[in-house]
Amino acid sequence: MAKDARDTIMNCHSGFVYSNDFTNYRFREDHPFNQMRVVMTKELLEATGKLSDKELISPRLATEEELSLAHSISYINAVKKAGKGELSEEQGLEYGIGTEDTPMFQGMHEASQLLVGGTLSAIDSVLEGRVKHALNIGGGLHHGFERKASGFCIYNDGAVGIKYIRKKYDYKVLYVDTDAHHGDGVQWAFYDDPNVCTFSIHETGRYLFPGTGNVNERGLKEGYGYSFNLPIDAFTEDDSFLEVYESAFREIVDFFRPDVIITQNGADAHFLDPLTHLCSTMKIYEEIPKLAHELAHQYCDGKWIALGGGGYDIWRVVPRAWAQIWKIMNENIPFKGDLPVEWIQKWQKNSPVPLSTTWHDPANACKPIPRRAEITEKNKKLLDKSLQLIYNQKKFNSL
Amino acid sequence: MLVEEIMKERVITLSPVDTIETALKLLQEHHIRHIPIINDSNQVIGIVSDRDVRDASPSVFEKDTERKELKNPIKSIMTTPVTTVHPLDFVEEVASIFYEQEFACVPVTRDEKLVGIITEKDMLYTLIQLTGTHVQSSQIEVKVINRPGILPQVTQVFGKRKVNISSVLIYPYKPDPKYKVIVVRIQTMNPIPTIEDLKSEGYEVLWPKMPGILS
Repeated sequence: MAKDARDTIMNCHSGFVYSNDFTNYRFREDHPFNQMRVVMTKELLEATGKLSDKELISPRLATEEELSLAHSISYINAVKKAGKGELSEEQGLEYGIGTEDTPMFQGMHEASQLLVGGTLSAIDSVLEGRVKHALNIGGGLHHGFERKASGFCIYNDGAVGIKYIRKKYDYKVLYVDTDAHHGDGVQWAFYDDPNVCTFSIHETGRYLFPGTGNVNERGLKEGYGYSFNLPIDAFTEDDSFLEVYESAFREIVDFFRPDVIITQNGADAHFLDPLTHLCSTMKIYEEIPKLAHELAHQYCDGKWIALGGGGYDIWRVVPRAWAQIWKIMNENIPFKGDLPVEWIQKWQKNSPVPLSTTWHDPANACKPIPRRAEITEKNKKLLDKSLQLIYNQKKFNSL
Repeated sequence: MLVEEIMKERVITLSPVDTIETALKLLQEHHIRHIPIINDSNQVIGIVSDRDVRDASPSVFEKDTERKELKNPIKSIMTTPVTTVHPLDFVEEVASIFYEQEFACVPVTRDEKLVGIITEKDMLYTLIQLTGTHVQSSQIEVKVINRPGILPQVTQVFGKRKVNISSVLIYPYKPDPKYKVIVVRIQTMNPIPTIEDLKSEGYEVLWPKMPGILS
């Protein structure tokens, strides 16, 4: 993996999409998806002195026309009605609204519209050259479908954003999803599109939602060969995760040659995350953005937009993980050492668990995993299967 | 589930006097591996598989042969009599036929007439539907004592939450026949409340199950 030699200091002028209204996207008091994470991350960055007001980008609201790039009008109308309390339970179920995962809430259309708008603002800032990179941790809602809400996601900002790029800029887009859950909504939205390549690394769907993301889901028709999946084993740790992730990302970007890279940076593959069974530590949250940063500069003249995603230990994991994306986006060097004391003092009062005090997890924080060797071996085999078509083509080209 | 629910109704067939060459062409064109042979009244009188046809074709090593074998009628190589099933038979029975008789396709007949066909692939597709893995879901495994009434007790726990169950399978628990494992796929990304409920009712939840790791 990356050595310190790669830690060259850079100075990339980037944009941080933020609005206090992101927290309006709230299903229910005890629901695991909690956008307070975004506020905590922003305040953590401010406490470090690495984020100032002049770097903030205000998200706009996505228009209905923009939403309809990836969602059906009838679904958008249903979400609007649900947000005003005018949709019956029966009507909602057809659209996945009103379930345990995505309950109805007041103003859900507007709250979701803002998250999508945030991603569009990030995209425009980068593609119109105002900033080198942009981060919208309010977005990354990759389970939203054309006419169905699922997995805590209503509108799919990634899918809308990519359709928007295709329409407005006609760029080839590489979408890279490191959330512990399969990025199904985005994958299916571009399954037959050869100009959008999707790559998702996630915990295998044997137990975990949504269950898809198998290595043989490679795309359809024209889009065949432009969908990549690495469904790694439950209990995978840092080294194996990073080994297969880095190899795959490098091969895929070299094969596809995108004009712009969009990353979905869900932070739920950490061993503390309550919803998944991967066992990584903060280490992967330094390496994941570093690799995206490097490859965006190498292949796309820096054009990189990073989004949020899952992440359900909002106290100990998500703010640290997402703050590192911003730090690396700007300077290419992760935070090290202790977290700012004032931030810990403020948020510890609300937290049911003791907050982490350092950017890194202590060594041996995660309990030892039996069968590590087998898991590593299985993940390696998976990598080969996932990249089979690229390998075949390379072999063919060299003949 | 009934045979008529999963069978394909459009069947590619041949008459007994058609040539082996025609069969070869049909197999390639339609990406199929079996062709029922029917008479004028649509009765199945034989069946050929891709292997039968290949066995009857000239070797690829013999170049420039006239390939006159291919002009032989298909009836010269067809298998007869043919095992068939009825549209109202159960899918499970078809699976048993495939397993016991070691072939991979049965024609479906009603009143002696051909009405459909089921292949191994259709069976596997049905199996995927039964396991529920084709829809978004999380999987939970619950180890329970093997006694009457246990299933409704367990599913009642799921019913408490507004969580839709997409499939339920019951497996034997190999190390001890006194137990069974109930595998439930539920349509939620957050199975934790349900798992907590199950645990507080005293059930052993294996999620995810891996030797050497305590859930």
